[in-house]
This record gives sequence, structure tokens and C-alpha cells, in this order.
Amino acid sequence: MTSSTVADSGAAGPSTGDGPGRRSIGRAVIDAVTTANSWMVTILAILLAFVVGGVIIVLSDPGVLRRFEYFFSRPSDALEAVWESVSGAYSALLRGSILDPEDLREAIAGEEPWTEVFEPLSETLTYATPLILMGLAVALAFRAGMFNIGVEGQAVLGALTAALAGFGLSLPAGLHLVVALLAGIAGGALWGLIPGWLKARTGAHEVITTIMLNYIAGSLLLYLINLDGIHHPERNDAISKPVYDTALLPRLAGDQLRLNLGILIALLAAGGVAWLLQRSTIGFEFRAVGSNPDAARTAGMSVGKTYVLVMAFAGGLAGLGGASVLLGIATSSALTPAIIGGIGFDGITVALLGRARPWGVVLAGLLFGALRAGAPGMQAVADVPVQMVTILQALIVMFIAAPAFVKEVFRLRQSRAGALGQTLAKGWNG
Amino acid sequence: MRRVRGIGITAAVMACGLVLAGCGDPPAEEEEGGSSEEAFQACMVTDTGGVDDRSFNASSWAGMQAAAEEGDNIEVDYVASENEQDYEPNLSEYAEQECGLIVAVGGLMADALTVVAEQNPDQQFAIVDALVDLPNVYSMQFNTAQSSFLAGYLAAGMSQTGVVATYGGMNIPPVTIFMDGFVQGVEHYNQTQNASVRVLGWDVASQNGTFAESFTDATQGQAITETFVGQGADVIFPVAGGAGIGTATVAQESNGSLSVIWVDIDGCVSLADYCDVFLTSVVKNISDAVRDAVLAAAEGEEGGSYIGTLENNGTFLANYRSDVPQELQDQIAQLQEQIIAGEIEITSPSQP
Repeated sequence: MTSSTVADSGAAGPSTGDGPGRRSIGRAVIDAVTTANSWMVTILAILLAFVVGGVIIVLSDPGVLRRFEYFFSRPSDALEAVWESVSGAYSALLRGSILDPEDLREAIAGEEPWTEVFEPLSETLTYATPLILMGLAVALAFRAGMFNIGVEGQAVLGALTAALAGFGLSLPAGLHLVVALLAGIAGGALWGLIPGWLKARTGAHEVITTIMLNYIAGSLLLYLINLDGIHHPERNDAISKPVYDTALLPRLAGDQLRLNLGILIALLAAGGVAWLLQRSTIGFEFRAVGSNPDAARTAGMSVGKTYVLVMAFAGGLAGLGGASVLLGIATSSALTPAIIGGIGFDGITVALLGRARPWGVVLAGLLFGALRAGAPGMQAVADVPVQMVTILQALIVMFIAAPAFVKEVFRLRQSRAGALGQTLAKGWNG
Repeated sequence: MRRVRGIGITAAVMACGLVLAGCGDPPAEEEEGGSSEEAFQACMVTDTGGVDDRSFNASSWAGMQAAAEEGDNIEVDYVASENEQDYEPNLSEYAEQECGLIVAVGGLMADALTVVAEQNPDQQFAIVDALVDLPNVYSMQFNTAQSSFLAGYLAAGMSQTGVVATYGGMNIPPVTIFMDGFVQGVEHYNQTQNASVRVLGWDVASQNGTFAESFTDATQGQAITETFVGQGADVIFPVAGGAGIGTATVAQESNGSLSVIWVDIDGCVSLADYCDVFLTSVVKNISDAVRDAVLAAAEGEEGGSYIGTLENNGTFLANYRSDVPQELQDQIAQLQEQIIAGEIEITSPSQP
């Protein structure tokens, strides 16, 4: 077994000067993400991201910029425009993701159904579901010291196998859903198992193998969609047969709202991962290998077996996430080439923001879900491009990865910031 | 968190103002919102390509803007979809607002549009490149097999080597409909002119052929083109969006021995640098169709459908390159009459 050489290879660089002597860069990154970042820094990073986002909103609004041309003649114009532009964008974001007071007023007056009032929350939870599941897939691997960049591919496989079970089998409602979800888990787990096994067996770095497996999963999906028996017989574009209604995740609040059982499954999964990590023997081994594979090996644990297991678990979670997209969100309930469409990569940022803790991932998933749910309103009402949401997500994670900067900006005490800033600045080449 | 920071941000904002020469004269005070009182709102949802895709999203948006210019008191707006899962919420978001017409761009949105249109029966919708059979949806489709048929005839007539070729971005109906028409145009030339021009890259019967598997990867287009040239092709019809630029590049380096027929929009406008390699372009006139749909909706028309053909200028060949002989041009003009009159039948499983 050469698995430890990979994890240690980064130690050749200059010492980070804080941890125990032989700490690799990869390990340092994981430590920083999982243990050292304080809640304060996380919250301030989010705040800071929104401030910087506000500046970008202003800079991209020609109407506001025009008013700056005569700033010194009538500064109130420009400042008012800045306020209107930024508050307009962010309030549209809130109205689209949490509550629209206008809808509430109309619902109380009886002019609109109450579903309108709950639609923003329903959308937030709907978007959050796959983000939480895929975030958990990254977080779990993180805790065992592995970077699972292959969530996207694992989710694609999960959606694929769930679809095969969804339209290939004819089962009673309820049972069919369970079978489809289990198929999704199995597909994702298989796709996670491969890089785990490769790492355990040959030391192949999981970052590289999982990225490559993402490409393979995408191409496999494209190929299979167009095969007879999978392809929708009445359609000519790249779309599979739809899954039977019996396999769909039931909607929780009526047909008008997209909110479905998936969110409960995601919360259950988060609870399961929390239990696994904190209370179970396997979870203890995961964490032991994650914090020090050499010590874990000396203590008699099989590091290789742990790598395989943790990647299979992570892949299973991602596969469940892919299945939740297909069975709960996808309008046509069928496979399309872009069905996952980058949610897996968002899962990586969710895991980082959630500090690789199961409940942290849930909160991070809800935040990113809210950003996604608010995006249409922000575009349509406030004319802020949809990319703004992506920028906000990126800024949040960037600031979280640079806690020293955040602490400097907010003049927080420099207790542990130095160590974090240095370790995280080194990148992912562990 | 001290107050210092707030001052810093204010300073940054002020500096920003300075950079933009914040010393100009203010305009006269004006009351907001004079004209927007009764404006007709037309709202567009792009597919994942975004509004700057230089293809059908861009064409549709151009049509929206044209409607805003031509129409009386029409305002247009759009939202972009980042992800397939965004189609439904984006359409719903507009359905909640005061949109007179909501335009969905792309066949991939048909399922989402069906759901949202059924939920909002009083809201008018329109869709590009798909047929949604609901009373409140106006469907726009384009029979580009007709214009591609003419392009195939032109290619066969211009070929010196007796070999022409086509390839697609992906094996999907909006792409293969062009290829079906092209191949049949070449076959028609062979029958009527007693020639034997071969077509590489597409087999109508098996619906199989050469694809770049991308609408953006020009390198892939270049590789496919070089293979075709190696097999003797001297006119190529790429139906692959930006990947087709690879073909134009090869043609430009060939010193005139390779010609290209461009697709979707007039290549001499969108790719002016390459204009001299384009024999012509098979234009899919999305922007006019969208413009007319918005104008009609503003007049209060509901539902219906539209199929762009040679007859209604929904699809046509752009201007010919100067070296296309007049005789060939006349033959094509005559073919066009025959297609419009229904004397020539073009078969494609992808035809609307």
C-alpha cells in the first residue's frame, strides 16, 4: 500500500510553521476547513461577499454610473441610485427565496392563494435538496482526508441508474420510489468506489481520477440517452423516456409547489452522516485516517479499506443527490445531457462553506438554495444578471478560504488567523 | 467591526465617482415613469446558452428588441437560465409579473413551458423551435430542410471534385433537419443534371453521420473538415454553430479550393472576416418570427403556431458569393418556386 505517499507528498514545500512538523499541505487545507474556521469568520465572510457583490451590482448598472458623472454637483442622486440598485437587487433576492410581503398581504386579503406565499420557501428548499446531498458527499470524503471532486459524475451516475429503475421497472407506488432511490445510491457508490479503490491500490490521486470520471460519466450519459430502449421514442432530441409517476418523489405541499420529499431525505442523510462520523466505528476510522493516516495504520486500521469505503459512501450520497434531481426537480422527469448541470461542483463549495460538518452543510445548502431561488426574481425585477449569484457564491467561499483577510477587514483579534491564511493559500496540490 | 470600515467604503465609492469624472452637470430634474404607464411587457427566458450565444438566443433577443423599436409602447426584458432546472422557476417568475407575452427560447424548454402554461391559462406564451399544443402558447418552428435543400443543390453545382460534405454539432432534430435537406438537394442535382456528386457526413436513411459533439469547439470542426478535405470534399456545410468556425478557418487557408456554406445567420454578417469563403448562408429567420410574435401579442392575438418556410421568409438563402454562376442561381430560384408550390417534396423526420 502506498496510499500515504500521496497524502504526504506536499510536505516537501516550506513548512507552514504552525502545525506538527510533517503536516502536508493537503492535510492542512482539510484541517483548516474542518476544524479551525470559526462561525464568526463564516458569517463575516458571507457579509463581506454581499458587500463586494453590492459594489459589483453598482458597477454593472449603467443607470447608476451615469449619475456619478455629476456626483459633485448633486451627490444625493448618485447615492440614492446606489441604494436603489443594491437594495433593489437584494430585496428581490429575499422576496424570491424567503417571503414576498406583497404576496402575504394579498393572501391575507384573500386575493391570492396561500401557495403563492410559500412558493419562495418551497423553491429554496427544492434547490437546496441536491446541494445538501452533494455537499455531504464532498464533506464526508473531506473528513477522511480525501478531495472528492467527482460529485458531478457520481450524481450523473445516480440519476442514470435511478432513471433506469424508474422507467425500466414497473412496481407499485412507494416501493418503486424506494427502488429508484436505492438504484441511484448504488450507481453513485459504484462511481465513487472506483477512485477509492484506485487510491487504495495504486495511490492514484483521487483529485485526478475523480475529475476524469466526471468526463466519463458525462459521455456515458450522452451515449446511453440516445440508445434505443432508453431514448424517448416520440422525441428526436436527446432525452430519455420519462420515469413512471410511481417512482417520483411525492410533492409535499400540493402540485403548485415543487417542494418534495427530497428535502426530508436530504436532512435524514445529514443526520445519518453526523451519526456515522460521531457515533460509529467506521466513522471513527474515517476521521482517524483523515487526521493522520500513519497513526491510523499504526493503530491497526486498514487505510486502504477506509479510502474505498468512504468514497463509496460519498458516491452513494452524490448518487442520491442525482436521483433527487431526476425524481423531484427535473420538469420532464427524464434524463437529459445536462440534467445535473454543475450542481455537483456547487456541492464542493457547499461543503467548504459548511466546514465539512453535516449540519454546516445543511445550512450552507439552504443558503445557496436561497441564492438560486432568488436569482430569477433578481434578474426579472432588478435586472441583475444571473451570474451575480454565481459571483456571490464564489466570493463567500473565497473569503472563507481567506479567513486572515476577513479578520483583517473586520479588525478581529488575530488569534488563529495567521495559520489559516497561510495554509489555505497554498492550494490543493496535497 | 469599527466605523472606520464604513468610511473606507464611502471613500471607495467617492473615488469611483472621481475616476468617472464626477464633475459633470446634472440633468434637469424629471419625473419618473412618464411613458411606461400602459407599456406592453414582452419577457424572454433564454436557455442555458445565455443571451450572447451568437445563435438562437441572440437571434430571439434581437427579435425582441426589434419589436420594442417598431411597436407602440412595447418594453422587453429577459432572464437567462444557468441550468435546465431553472426553466420552470424562470417562466413562473415572469408569469407572476405583468408580462403580456413570455417567450421561451429552445425546444429543451418545451416541457417546462407546458407545465407553466397549464398552471397559468390566462397568460400568453410563445416558444421558439418547438410545438406546444396549448391555446395560450404560440409555437414557432422552422422548416430549414427547404433552404438546406437549395444549399445542397448549390454545393453540388459548385463542386469541382464531385464530393461535398456536411457535419453537425449534435445528433438532434434542429441540427439534422439541415443535413437531411442538404443531402436531398445534392441528390436532386444528381438526378436533374445527370451528375454523381457524393455527400459525406450524413446518411438520411439511417439518420447517422459525423458530429462534432460540440457547438463551440472550433478545433473539432477543423479536424473533421481536414478529414473531409482528405476525402476530396471541396464544399462543406457545417451545422455546428461556433464549431463550424474551424471549417471556415481551413477554407481560408486553402486559397479558394474549399468553400463553406454557413448556417443559422448570414455568415458575412456574423463572421465578416471569413466572408469570402462563404458561398451563401442558410438563414433561419428567428428574429423576424419573434418580432412578429411580440407585435401580434401586443395587438391581442392569442395562441397559434408558425412554421418558417421559404414561402414566408422564415428561412432562406443569403446573398451568393460573386463567383456563383447566374445559371445556377436561376436554377435555384426555380427550385425555390417548385418547393413553395409543393412540386418537390423534402422528407425529414425532424420537419415540423
